[in-house]
Amino acid sequence: MKFMLDDLDRRILRLMQSDPMRSIPDLAEQTGLSGTRLSRRIEKLRELGVLRGVRAIIDWRALGYEVEVSLRVTLDKTQTRAFDDFIAAARDIAEVIEIQTFLGRVDVRLSVIARDMVHYQQIYRAQILALPHIADIEALMHVARIKADESLPL
Amino acid sequence: MITLDDIDRKILLALAQDATQNAGALGRKFDLSQPATWRRIKRLQEAGIIAGRKLDLDKEKLGFGVTVFLGIKLATKGRVSLDDFERAVAAIPEVQTVEHVLGMYDYRLRVTARDISDFERVLRRRVMTLPGVGDVEANVLLSEESRPGPL
Repeated sequence: MKFMLDDLDRRILRLMQSDPMRSIPDLAEQTGLSGTRLSRRIEKLRELGVLRGVRAIIDWRALGYEVEVSLRVTLDKTQTRAFDDFIAAARDIAEVIEIQTFLGRVDVRLSVIARDMVHYQQIYRAQILALPHIADIEALMHVARIKADESLPL
Repeated sequence: MITLDDIDRKILLALAQDATQNAGALGRKFDLSQPATWRRIKRLQEAGIIAGRKLDLDKEKLGFGVTVFLGIKLATKGRVSLDDFERAVAAIPEVQTVEHVLGMYDYRLRVTARDISDFERVLRRRVMTLPGVGDVEANVLLSEESRPGPL
C-alpha cells in the first residue's frame, strides 16, 4: 500500500520512538496538537499498519543468561528443503531467540543464549549440531551492546 | 537474581507482545487482581528483566526497504581506536545496532536504508570512512523472526 506521511506524522513517530511510553498529553504538548487531533493521527497510523504496537524488551542477562552467541550458518543448498527444514528445527530450540535469513556469504543466523559456557556447550553439541543440512558454522561471541535502540532514521 | 514463577513468565511474554496492556487487563487474563499484577510488573522492571520498551514500526511501509548486517574488522586495535570507532559508528542514524563481538569480526552492525543505492551511499560515505575500519562483510537481510526464548 502506498501512502504519504507528512512531517507531523514523522514528528509524532520520532517522539514515540524515543519514548514509547510517552503520554498522550505530553505528546500533544510537544507537537502542538489537541489531544483529539493527535489521537486521530495515531489511530490513522495504526490503521495503515505503520504503527504496530509497543513491545517490552527482555534483558536475558538479568534472567541469568550470561552468554550470547551469534551462529552464522551456511546450509547445504543441494538439499531443496534446506532452509525450511533447518528453520523449523531451529524454532524448537528454546535458547534460540532470533532467526534471520540472508543473501550473502551467510545463509541463516541464529542468536543463542545460555546461562554460562558449560550450558552453551551442551546446547551447541546436543541441539545446534543436530540441526539438518548444515554445511558450515561460524560463531561470534557477544561482548557488549554499544547501540541497541533499533530506531529508524525518520 | 530473582526467580520467576509461571505467572511472571506469562506476564513477561504478554508484555513482549504488547507492552501497552495495563495491569488490569493483563491481570484478568491470568486471574490476578490489578494490584497484584501491577506489583509483579514493577518487580520485573526493578530487577531489570524488562529493560525497556520499543515501538514496533513497519519499516517497509515507512520506506526502509533494505536491512543489511555488516561484519567489521578493525585495521588498528587499541583502546583509543575502539573508543573512536564506537563513538563515530553509534552516531550514524542509519546504523540501528552496534555489537562488539569476538570472532572473525570485531563489530556487527545493523544498517537500515531505503533501497540498495541508499545503502551504498551509507556504506561508502559513512561506514567506510569510519576511523580504523578494515575488512567489511555485508549480508542482506531477507527475513527475521524473534522467538519467545526460554521462558
